[in-house]
Amino acid sequence: MSSKNPVRTAPHFVAEVDEGGLGAVDAVRVSDRKSNLWLDAWRDLRGRWMFWVSAVFILFIVFVALFPTVFTQVPPNDGCILTVQNETQAAELGVPVGTVISDHGPLPGHPLGFTRQGCDVFSRIVHGTGTSLSVGLIVTVIVAVMGIALGAFAGYFGGWIDSFLMRIGDIFFAIPYILAAVVIMSMFLADRNILIISLAIGFFAWPSTARILRSEVLRVKQLDYVMASEAIGVSKLRTMFSHVMPNSLAPVIIISTVGLAGAITAEATLSFLGVGLPANIFMSWGNDIAQAQQSLRTAPQVLIYPSIALSFTVLAFILLGETVRDALDPKARATR
Amino acid sequence: MSTVEPLLQVEDLQVGFKTQDGFVPAVRGVSFDVYPGETIAIVGESGSGKSTTAHAIINLLPGSGKIAGGSVRFEGRDLTKLKRNEMEDVRGKLIGLVPQDPMNSLNPVHRIGFQVEETIRANGLATSKRAVRKRAVEVLKEAGLSDADTRLRQFPHEFSGGMRQRVLIGVGLSSHPKLLIADEPTSALDVTVQKTILDHLESLTAERNTAVIFITHDLGLAAERAENIVVMNRGRIVESGPALEILRNPQHPYTKRLVSAAPSLASTRLGSRSATVGLASSATPAGTPVPPVIEFQDVTKVFKIRTGGPRSIPFTAVDKISFQVPKGSTMALVGESGSGKSTAAKLLLKLEEKTSGKIFVDGVDQDSLDRGKLLEMRRKMQVVFQDPYGSLDPLHNIGNTVAEPLNVHKIGDAASRKKRVLEVLDQVALPTSVVSRYPNELSGGQRQRVAIARALALKPEIVVLDEAVSALDVLVQAQVLELLANLQDELGLTYLFITHDLAVVRMIGDYVSVMQKGAIVEQATVSEVFDSPKQEYTRRLLDAIPGADVDLSA
Amino acid sequence: MFWYIIRRLLQGIPVFLGSTFLIFSMVFLVPGNPVLRMFGDRTPSPEQIAALEAKFHLDQPFLVRYFIYLGDVFQGNLGTTYAGQSVNEILARTFPTTLRLALLAVLIQLIVGVLAGLISGLRKGGIFDHAALIVTLLLISIPVFVLAFVAQWFFGIQLGWFRPTVGSGAPWSDLILPAIVLAALNMAYVVRLTRASVIETSQNDFVRMAYGKGLSRRRVIPVHILRNSMIPVTTNLAADFGILIVGATVTEGIFNVPGVGNELFKAINRHDTPEIVSIVTILVIVYVFVNLLIDLLYGVLDPRIRYVK
Repeated sequence: MSSKNPVRTAPHFVAEVDEGGLGAVDAVRVSDRKSNLWLDAWRDLRGRWMFWVSAVFILFIVFVALFPTVFTQVPPNDGCILTVQNETQAAELGVPVGTVISDHGPLPGHPLGFTRQGCDVFSRIVHGTGTSLSVGLIVTVIVAVMGIALGAFAGYFGGWIDSFLMRIGDIFFAIPYILAAVVIMSMFLADRNILIISLAIGFFAWPSTARILRSEVLRVKQLDYVMASEAIGVSKLRTMFSHVMPNSLAPVIIISTVGLAGAITAEATLSFLGVGLPANIFMSWGNDIAQAQQSLRTAPQVLIYPSIALSFTVLAFILLGETVRDALDPKARATR
Repeated sequence: MSTVEPLLQVEDLQVGFKTQDGFVPAVRGVSFDVYPGETIAIVGESGSGKSTTAHAIINLLPGSGKIAGGSVRFEGRDLTKLKRNEMEDVRGKLIGLVPQDPMNSLNPVHRIGFQVEETIRANGLATSKRAVRKRAVEVLKEAGLSDADTRLRQFPHEFSGGMRQRVLIGVGLSSHPKLLIADEPTSALDVTVQKTILDHLESLTAERNTAVIFITHDLGLAAERAENIVVMNRGRIVESGPALEILRNPQHPYTKRLVSAAPSLASTRLGSRSATVGLASSATPAGTPVPPVIEFQDVTKVFKIRTGGPRSIPFTAVDKISFQVPKGSTMALVGESGSGKSTAAKLLLKLEEKTSGKIFVDGVDQDSLDRGKLLEMRRKMQVVFQDPYGSLDPLHNIGNTVAEPLNVHKIGDAASRKKRVLEVLDQVALPTSVVSRYPNELSGGQRQRVAIARALALKPEIVVLDEAVSALDVLVQAQVLELLANLQDELGLTYLFITHDLAVVRMIGDYVSVMQKGAIVEQATVSEVFDSPKQEYTRRLLDAIPGADVDLSA
Repeated sequence: MFWYIIRRLLQGIPVFLGSTFLIFSMVFLVPGNPVLRMFGDRTPSPEQIAALEAKFHLDQPFLVRYFIYLGDVFQGNLGTTYAGQSVNEILARTFPTTLRLALLAVLIQLIVGVLAGLISGLRKGGIFDHAALIVTLLLISIPVFVLAFVAQWFFGIQLGWFRPTVGSGAPWSDLILPAIVLAALNMAYVVRLTRASVIETSQNDFVRMAYGKGLSRRRVIPVHILRNSMIPVTTNLAADFGILIVGATVTEGIFNVPGVGNELFKAINRHDTPEIVSIVTILVIVYVFVNLLIDLLYGVLDPRIRYVK
């Protein structure tokens, strides 16, 4: 007992017993809602307007990329004219012969006007969607496959395999991936295409995915249920696939969505720098923005429209990544 | 004596938290008084609102928490009505705080000295640089830390948990407050450390006539350290009054339940065979007539610890331990953190490879097993871990979790597996409707029962219980222990029970091996260890059980 | 701390060797004649080919070539461009400007970013927080070259607040607009990271204890919340620096800042592969070095890291 002298004798207070008594200790909660990580995340996502805005917008741009001709009949590259040279063209565009079309504002059938080369801005934007999305997707697949394979391998086996793979990752990480892509692309100037540019970007972008997956695998690996599974007699490999991987993938999904946005930006940046996709063959927003630089003072709209298309597409994927992260990670939800 | 005014009067205090589902009340109309110099304990399980009450008094509720009503009068002033800067003057100077978790309550990036000195400056105890430093040294000395000068220059991570809590007690008492709020000050510490820290706290506060509000989940601890206790359940006070009176003569059904479940107060072996019949015939487990199911012979495990430098140093986690466990009985491996008890369990389960020695299960040398035999051995031996939140895969439903061992060992067909799953769920007293549920829909105790069901699915002979009840609240803990004892009776299970809590051992153990620094220091039957401990270390462990000397019968 | 520094330095060596080797292999292990590849669709004269082949020691085995090249780099011989200019001279001329631009950008990024992040984090859910969330989201989504053009057009041409391109000698006043553009993306990341870690740190027990022991808000926020929140912001500076390098190339190109990035920008436009490779190699070496510095800074900021790990 306490060595202190009691100051007083406290009254003995007893509360009335609640209506319905105390109930059984630890009774099973009756609820119809099933819940696990993915279900909870989906329920959370469903209630977010940001999710729906970004998801609908992404579906829309995927549709544009797949069926560009639904939106425009004007060819993006062919039939570009600098000035109206004959009556047929004049009639078609509704302006007199001799009008300068290069950098011209909107005309009937050409809602966003013309580029410096006299091509239709709207058509180039619509047709450029496919380029951006394909590069984004291919890069994301490359990065996810390499990152998941190497990260999981390193995390699960640990030891020297882990150290070795992570040092390799450090080396790749030490070269900013756009700079690496600049060097690769300038070695492939003659044969640039979507696959080459995707490889050039993806080949140096995987270390962050690998690092994240590895640290997740390391975290999950030491959880009791993994040890319990091993104690039951489940093989290491099977534990990996049935318990460790499914519980480690959430951050990879998040970083992949944001990474897709990054890949689209990277392609546009490379094209902007002049080592991306050749402007005469591929429609690329980055190219168009680079070309519009020359008419910045006289015709800023030529620059603004592809910029808006590019920024909104990137924004949609970043928004999606953010909402998915908030839904998957209760801790992020708390800091939101 | 009756003329003394209360120091603190809490009246009809209401606290709630803003959540997505609206305002959720956590404290619902709590009233109590604290008189100068007295120690009052608030006792309750997790979620009872005891910590929230304490934090509300000094207005340190987390962001979403809000005082919704009532008053907190300290020396006549209502603390709930104070402005922020006025409250800052009350905290530290008039009301001190000793936090729950010493490991996270010191800022890891600042030196100990810095953190002590800023308190001294903030509360105006000294101003000049030298005076502040001098006072800081005094604070650490009072807190019982030797060579305070060097200690001040160290960082928190260079301190053990006990040392950190000493620093925090020193900080909390540095300006001689009139009231000290001690929020579960020792729950994160080992029992022996717990006792010395609490003794020290008690002598410091007695010396200065400091009133103490002591928050704890342990009824025994509360009775030992406080004159008066307040028992809380679901945000309300269910019973309050003099400590001994409540313990001896609890009135409210909840308090009655709590008193009977408290392991530090209870003393009987659960299950039908309370006197370890047939086993107690021999004095030592080594000489028992029943053949041992588990036998350790001089088992050693050495880890390589990597230091900052290029070399790694060997660390002996388990040091030549030997013991035998007869069939159908419980061997408790007891020790404080770092004693090697969990490593020993992992060696038995072959989750770690031992460095030397022999382990026999059912007389079979575990080194002789090939892959197939190992799988067969795993079937006989199952495990339940401590953390009810970490031991079940959140992405698998309960049915699949319990069925996993059956699938791995390819036992029966789909129908018979399903039947077996329902059978074991019934054995652990869970309704069969849980098969389609996921772990995060269940409470901690329920998850632990699922873990037990998974362990039972293969009809094992041996179950390793690695701190299996340590994370549970008192009432649930009692329930799970009861379940374990009954299952042992029914199924003839042999338990290896790993725990840091000697009090729990009395409820489930037959034999005890006390471990310290990797070695077994004492080994005997439970009654021998409790009645006549041979080793000094065992005696200290027993002494440290809170409430052990509270006489309930008087 | 000693072993921590030693270990980080030792870890830096393979990264340095590996990354330079990687760039080298990207150039010389591509299918086809690397020298011809460097010219893309142009046709080099036989002298040009001969000169490059001699310069890159194409008669030697691959590994030998790498070490000759590495030796050259260490001796400060970075080669010449197509036009015959010494890359050393170019770098000596342009590096100071880039350093000034980068310094300005990092200052803007840290001061504005940390401040905004701190306010956002402390007033979670308030108006400022929501505004910051939207602005940073936009800054992250808009590619740096778009932002550069918009800033150039709006602040330079429409409003006339700044000169749209940098004048000769690159005075500090002309560098402000490019520095803001360059800092924008990283600033957005700093705001978000600071905000998140301020919120996380505030929930720590030691913050509650700091209030509990009588400290005022004015003391707790800088000393306990902000100080600890700076640790993740610092570790992330390494990734920020990678973005800064790429951003500098684009920004300097657009604003015509006479810096290293502009040189690289022009070299890329000219398809001057030897110069591209030289400059990229230098930038990667700088990047590895900065990473090392940031790692050491991390060790200073977080005492725990010096002992464990």
